[in-house]
Amino acid sequence: MEVVNERSITPYRRCPPGSQPPVSHPAYQSNILRSPKRPLILLPHTLSEVTGPLYGQASIREADNDLTRQHPGEPLGERIIVTGRLLDSNGRPVPSALIEIWQANASGRYAHARDQHPAPLDPNFTGCGRTMTDENGAYRFVTIKPGAYPWFNHYNAWRPAHIHLSIFGRAFVTRLVTQMYFPGDPLCALDPVFQAVPDEKGRLRLVSRFDLETTQPNWALGYKFDIVLRGPEATPFEG
Amino acid sequence: MDFVPTPSQTVGPFFRIGLTEKCSVAQIAQPEAKGERIRLTCCVLDGEGLPIFDSMVEIWQANAEGKYNHPEDWQQKAVDPAFLGFGRMGTDDDGCCEFETIKPGRVPGPGDTVQAPHLNLAVYARGMLRQLYTRVYFAGDAANGADPVLALVPAERRETLLAQPDPSRLGSWRFVIQLQGKQETVFFDV
Repeated sequence: MEVVNERSITPYRRCPPGSQPPVSHPAYQSNILRSPKRPLILLPHTLSEVTGPLYGQASIREADNDLTRQHPGEPLGERIIVTGRLLDSNGRPVPSALIEIWQANASGRYAHARDQHPAPLDPNFTGCGRTMTDENGAYRFVTIKPGAYPWFNHYNAWRPAHIHLSIFGRAFVTRLVTQMYFPGDPLCALDPVFQAVPDEKGRLRLVSRFDLETTQPNWALGYKFDIVLRGPEATPFEG
Repeated sequence: MDFVPTPSQTVGPFFRIGLTEKCSVAQIAQPEAKGERIRLTCCVLDGEGLPIFDSMVEIWQANAEGKYNHPEDWQQKAVDPAFLGFGRMGTDDDGCCEFETIKPGRVPGPGDTVQAPHLNLAVYARGMLRQLYTRVYFAGDAANGADPVLALVPAERRETLLAQPDPSRLGSWRFVIQLQGKQETVFFDV
């Protein structure tokens, strides 16, 4: 029987090759001047990497996970319910984790001064939400389906409809900012941000699936989106 | 389903709506937190040396005793209730943001090593498909010479990891994150 060294830390697993977008991806124009040219230096994990902010007591208000109830009136658009589970790469749920989202309105316009897309703003939609995962790692948002919108990456470039998600796990190195897409969107095939993920299987992990079970009759469509964060390497005691 | 991590995607140009408009954190340490008070200005520049106004900086650091407020930190040291340890800000038109904090204490490294005081930093921006990790050390700190992580970095690039004191403002430090170019900051594969 080995003696447990209280000073040992459990490092986090690294992502399989091809499962994450590269640092450098020139098809995405604004990446060209914003990506380092020198290789990253491999950093074995220390206490600094395996710790991170925990949001056990984060202040979440009631309407924070319902983006359709943050204003006096209802936003325009197709109401959707986005649910899923937050898991780690060992398949274990990640409870009490903060998930933040932001998105364009149904017309494809962000409530942001720098968004110049000539589509209408919606006075009843800000497009910002937050929630905590429950003890099973489950989360739920109610919102409207965002619209696609044009951008300047190349001629006639359009971003597929997407919701931005930011997730805090248990460690600073498991921090994840990603985007959720919708099934069957023809724009995904043309989008350099989506296509930056080398593996096809990896790209499919960014696409939510329509879910009849969480769809509420006469009210809103359900979409499922499970999220996986890096998990700790197994200790010798876990086999 | 398999349990391969979900791919990262860019924060895009409009992350302020969700992340920093209402939920930015400039004060990593409250005024009553223990330790040497500092102001840390972080500036993010692109490959042409131009400021990036649509980037976001996140900081994670130990308290003045060198203790992280996290269950994985096995050290028998006290957490400081006035110390949060986490900060997050969007950059301004000059590519900069300023945090109020304390200089962290030393934390253990691999084996018998002890790390020099440092802050862990992640930078996000439109144009970046995933965040980049770096560390902020303090120029002139006697412990830097024995730091096990600085030792992994070629000597001629270590300076990119050093915050420099601002001679005109006592207790103020400046850290430049150069995403690309001659003075490209060292980024870590964590």
